Amino acid sequence: MSTGNIEEAPRSAAANAGGDLVVTGVSKRYGGVPALSDVSLTITPGTVHALVGENGAGKSTLGKIISGVITPDEGTMTLGGEQLSFKSPREALAHGIVTIVQELAIVPGLTVAENVYLGVEATTAGFVRRRESRRRFRELAKTVGFDLSPDRRAGGLSIADQQKVEIMRALSRNASIVVMDEPTAALSGNETAALHEIIRSLARDGKSVVLISHFLSEVLALADVITTLRDGHLIRTTDAKDATEESLIEGMLGRSLLTAFPEKRMADEERTVVLEVDHLRAPGVNDCSFVLHESEILGIAGLVGAGRSELARAIFRDSKVSGGTVRLKGADLAGHSPSRSIRRGLVLIPESRKEMGLLVGRSVKENISLSRLDLVSRFGWISGIRERRKVNELMNAVTVKAASIRTPVSMLSGGNQQKLMFARSVMCSPSVLIADEPTRGVDVGSKRAIYDLLTEMAASGMGVVVISSDLEEVLGLAHRVLVMRHGRIITELSGERMNEQAVLAAAFTESNNEGTD
Amino acid sequence: MNVQVETPEDLDIDDGGTSGLRSGVIRLLGSWRLAGIAIPFLVLFITLSVWSGPFLSKTNLINILDQQSAILAIAAAGTLVLVAGGLDLSVGAIYGLATVVSGEVAEHHSAWIAIAAALLVGLGVGLVNGMIVAFLKINPLIATLAMSFVISGVALRVSSGNLIVLSQNSAFYKFANAELWSVPSAVWIVLIFIVILGLLLAKTSFGRYVVASGGNAEAARLAGVRVNQIRIITFALSGLAAGLGGVIDTSRLLSAQSTGGGPNLTFTVLAGIVVGGTSIAGGEGSVPRTTIGVLFIALIGNGINLLNINELYQQIVLGIILLLAVSIDVWARKRRR
Repeated sequence: MSTGNIEEAPRSAAANAGGDLVVTGVSKRYGGVPALSDVSLTITPGTVHALVGENGAGKSTLGKIISGVITPDEGTMTLGGEQLSFKSPREALAHGIVTIVQELAIVPGLTVAENVYLGVEATTAGFVRRRESRRRFRELAKTVGFDLSPDRRAGGLSIADQQKVEIMRALSRNASIVVMDEPTAALSGNETAALHEIIRSLARDGKSVVLISHFLSEVLALADVITTLRDGHLIRTTDAKDATEESLIEGMLGRSLLTAFPEKRMADEERTVVLEVDHLRAPGVNDCSFVLHESEILGIAGLVGAGRSELARAIFRDSKVSGGTVRLKGADLAGHSPSRSIRRGLVLIPESRKEMGLLVGRSVKENISLSRLDLVSRFGWISGIRERRKVNELMNAVTVKAASIRTPVSMLSGGNQQKLMFARSVMCSPSVLIADEPTRGVDVGSKRAIYDLLTEMAASGMGVVVISSDLEEVLGLAHRVLVMRHGRIITELSGERMNEQAVLAAAFTESNNEGTD
Repeated sequence: MNVQVETPEDLDIDDGGTSGLRSGVIRLLGSWRLAGIAIPFLVLFITLSVWSGPFLSKTNLINILDQQSAILAIAAAGTLVLVAGGLDLSVGAIYGLATVVSGEVAEHHSAWIAIAAALLVGLGVGLVNGMIVAFLKINPLIATLAMSFVISGVALRVSSGNLIVLSQNSAFYKFANAELWSVPSAVWIVLIFIVILGLLLAKTSFGRYVVASGGNAEAARLAGVRVNQIRIITFALSGLAAGLGGVIDTSRLLSAQSTGGGPNLTFTVLAGIVVGGTSIAGGEGSVPRTTIGVLFIALIGNGINLLNINELYQQIVLGIILLLAVSIDVWARKRRR
């Protein structure tokens, strides 16, 4: 590939090392929770090797181990017979292994070209040769078919364009193995097609692509070899020719949906509406309308970046709403803040509990009672006894396991941290709960407990909205499912029509037919 | 509390096995933080008592408290600002403004009006600081630094650059110099102020919100905490404390000058808070520890005076202690992660 020879940098010299990448018995644990257990696989040059599995199955962890972002607790890796032990992505890079991650890693203040050649700039006596890098950039952009100006500030680009910058950066490093974690999640139809072509051409040129993707059709269309992971274990590695969507799902789930989820209680037809969203507009949310009844679980599905979390935050009045109304039990929530929403009976469990939910260094007690300290205090003075009693009661109700109520939440497992968020919500006794990715990064045991909690809360009369990227979860829990794309609700599914195919079809229509916008 | 571990797998998933020990360590760390300042303080106190005869005298000790009263009050409020994730570099300037305002007013009006004027000026400027930080989203360091120039300019204008000297027989003099059990009222007033702020931070829902706002503003907001409002209140309290400090010192010394506080006072206050172990990153801190931190620094100065050591060493020692305190904070935060 002509794109590779940008630079006679030392690291690109090692890139053509080639040979099989053999991963043997790799394990990784996060704070007691195994993320990956004893996984072995071989990645051969010239192939696209897909990793599939549910959220939390260990796909991304494996990808990060291969690209040196994290170090495994156990196990070894060899490349063409040479023992590898990466302490940083930079060392992996030196062996020709590049990664494009879910979380974008661009420098917003630099230009597109500067980002692509970051760290390997063409220089003369320490001065960057701008014209030279621009020329190289144009060459590279032409080969990959991306239409990007080298001089634009990277921070001002759309997410999809930023992703392109990352992909170009990887390609410019003359990689022999490219790890791509959900590369098409934020791309439009044309862009996705272009990226698929790039992936194929990489494989044709004798490079390996490790493709981590949620989209089974994409995996089946691109991959030569597919490895299925479940709960950190390798289930099987098969030839893509022998795999079907059904066989992959079966391997990913490993159990039938019926046992994994609590029984759905079908509510009566004549239910009261608790939440009414009417033509809501906000950043990332385009004219969304729906109603939620009491005792109902409403699922919201869609691809990453489809606007699901944005919708949740707009309803919760955490983002600037530019139009439309939200009515909670008939009362308009116009112009209110999160604190008012909570007082009115609308609670949000945000998508990332560490960044947006918890005070990580503070105690279990402080984290649970934060939203409703007024219940355990008089004239602003907190009653220690009342708070302890209330917190213990809630911890039992949601089965949070902690050494004591004074334990900092950083010491809890992901599942217990998430249950703690539920405890806080229960304390607010809301009429509507919005749970955004309620089981992300949660172990299997706690997952079931959280499903039970959501079902119980709905059974007690609450209206529950569950946003999840885990399709099985949405289908297993919800009475109705809304599918979003590009900030719009494009379809509502219920009863017979509520199945994986229908949701995927709706979510995928976007990538295949929508074109660029 | 009711910990139930039902199955062996659960044990594996939950950190139940280790967290008992680890939470014990964390609890120790909490008291260890208090010990981290209390023990050096006691060691220094005892050392000075042994080495220097006059140190342990009632006059000297009361004198130290009297001299430090303004700084103690300002540092107590500054602790709340820091815990809420802010920083107030304008306290020295507010103090200066409060001294000249109370001095000017006391020359012509009653003592109470002079005191009220200083407190209101401090509270008002603090509110402005808070609103600039909360609504204009300007970094508190820059916002309060800029404000300190503005305030100093206003203070210079108010006093026309003159030193204001007041007469001794006024009621205004009594405000800080009346004695109860031979301790001056300045110390009593500040003691009450510190106790109120300490309880506010440790025992009330407002205090919890302050901690939450500084620990993780995003999470606090989504949990229903009015983060902006909380931050504004902390800045207002800081301004009020600077006003109180200013009027106390004006009454104590019967003189006022616009340059009275300045960066020197600001940095002494900040040093006291940080030496007391309050995290500069916010989300953690305690008023009692700040009080010990301020007194610790005061003892160093007093000791160096009494022992006739060259004063330049005071600065060097203070600098080294500050670096130590911050290093310990960084180390402690790394451990908690």
